[in-house]
Amino acid sequence: MNQYINTGSKDTRSGFGAAMLELGKTNTDVVALCADLTGSLKLNEFAEAFPERFIQTGIAEANMMGIAAGLAIGGKIPFATTFANFATGRVYDQIRQSIAYSNKNVKIAASHAGITLGEDGATHQMLEDIGMMKMLPNMTVINPCDYNQTKAATIAASKHSGPVYLRFGRPKVPNFIPENQEFIIGKAILLQPGNDVSVFAAGHLVWRALEACKVLKDKGITAEIINIHTIKPLDVQAILDSVKKTGCAVSAEEHEMNGGLGDSIAQTLALHDPKPLEMVAVRDKFGESGTPDELIRKFNLDTPDIVEAALRAVKRKNK
Amino acid sequence: MNSEKEISNLASQIRRDVLRMIHAVQSGHPGAPLGCAEFFAALYLRILKHDPAGFKMDGMGEDVFFLSNGHLSAGWYSVLARSDYFDIAELGSFRKLNSRLQGHPATADGLPGVRVASGSLGQGLSVAIGYSLSKKLNKDPYHVYVLMGDGEIQEGQVWEAAIFATAKKVDNLIAVIDYNKKQIDGPLHEVMPLGNLKNKWESFGWQVLETDGNNVKELLAAMEQAKALTGKGKPVMVLMHTIMGKGVDFMEDRHQWHGSPPNDAQLQSALSQLEETLGDY
Repeated sequence: MNQYINTGSKDTRSGFGAAMLELGKTNTDVVALCADLTGSLKLNEFAEAFPERFIQTGIAEANMMGIAAGLAIGGKIPFATTFANFATGRVYDQIRQSIAYSNKNVKIAASHAGITLGEDGATHQMLEDIGMMKMLPNMTVINPCDYNQTKAATIAASKHSGPVYLRFGRPKVPNFIPENQEFIIGKAILLQPGNDVSVFAAGHLVWRALEACKVLKDKGITAEIINIHTIKPLDVQAILDSVKKTGCAVSAEEHEMNGGLGDSIAQTLALHDPKPLEMVAVRDKFGESGTPDELIRKFNLDTPDIVEAALRAVKRKNK
Repeated sequence: MNSEKEISNLASQIRRDVLRMIHAVQSGHPGAPLGCAEFFAALYLRILKHDPAGFKMDGMGEDVFFLSNGHLSAGWYSVLARSDYFDIAELGSFRKLNSRLQGHPATADGLPGVRVASGSLGQGLSVAIGYSLSKKLNKDPYHVYVLMGDGEIQEGQVWEAAIFATAKKVDNLIAVIDYNKKQIDGPLHEVMPLGNLKNKWESFGWQVLETDGNNVKELLAAMEQAKALTGKGKPVMVLMHTIMGKGVDFMEDRHQWHGSPPNDAQLQSALSQLEETLGDY
């Protein structure tokens, strides 16, 4: 079994900030925009180092998205940044028309996504963003799992031609993906090979899936853990290859059950190779105040929930 | 330099094109493009420093125009074709299946002249501002123009953009409002009165000019003045008074012609009032 070590918990948004600072130095076309959340998006260093390429828009996200589209027309690579709820639902039509339909090279970087936003509560806990973004043609949707992967994903996004939605989170979480792990948009990463059940996880739930793998091993079940960092375009081949081998699947995401990674996996299986699928996701609820860990437990997005889902999937397979 | 007569001639032809395009598919928005015919003609014949032959998305080294109220598409397509951005014959494909001339402007088919999709209102000013910022970053001294509708500025995003343009001194931008005082549900002052637009934009920190958009001489003077006001640290707004449906007696000043196509008889009557100056497509 592969060993993954937490080299020191960090927030994924800091991975974004680190990447932006690097991009600021290496790519003069990169421009950052922020809607009054510079500190939260870890862009203070970028703003200080490259003031002419940092655009503060104030609390006006619709305008920010349009400005980003305009900058892209002029050949810039704009990163439009704010919290995930403000970066999607609030400005959906702006993204749809000025960015997605117009196919502008805008990168929407959305922080504080998911339930782990914590105490601010449901108005801020965005659980529908992956669904909204993946439904837009031309939009690439990425949910990296840790600091290192977020940094790599940000840099990859800057090199990708076309609109990108990149979602990451607020709290410190285990940092375990090797720094030199190649990040290719759309290419899933096999973290742990297994034979009994395929576990497809994204974002903060990838580490928990790896923990679940250990628990399952003790129960005599080898789970194949695959990191689906790119929900769109989905690595369909990786999913089908894995499920062909294992015969059943689990999806795990910090997002609504309706319309997220799990639905994409379900669609893939239904179209190509119907196999039992169990979904670890938020069950048609809004969030609430709490600590990230409390919320992960309350909303059943934790390691034991992934274990139980895997056991259910295997049981259904064996019926 | 193109004369006022040439601009008027082009405007008349644009009006004919618009009505014929919309009539052919029995859908589209005739009223506002008719009102903006002089503006489109003046813009592309005289005001813009632009290069139709080598359309570049990034518009480096030329003036760039954005149409925010995308439902004026028929008028924009007409002036683009008449300005050699694409073949005039293509105007006959307006709103038809597989056409590059989509109902509202789009970039998906690479139609020369169009840099962003528009149609859902309120977004173009933001895009124009972003593009203006890119021109400054690229040290490109040319100007950016954007047309909006007066109904359109009821959208909140427009005011986000208005605040930003002043705060960040976007002074290479000239915004124009098609002030025809009509919207779909009726006259503006009945549906959603906007108050004193000049005062509003001035209080937001813009330099504001007013002009008669259907009088070529006045329009040209105002646009020249607008250009002279750029580079002074404040964005520029031209409130352009127009008559919706201008040039066709039964359409003039009637909000009902916002989005209704003329029938056969109405088209004939309209065309008989509009001089065919440059040859119908």
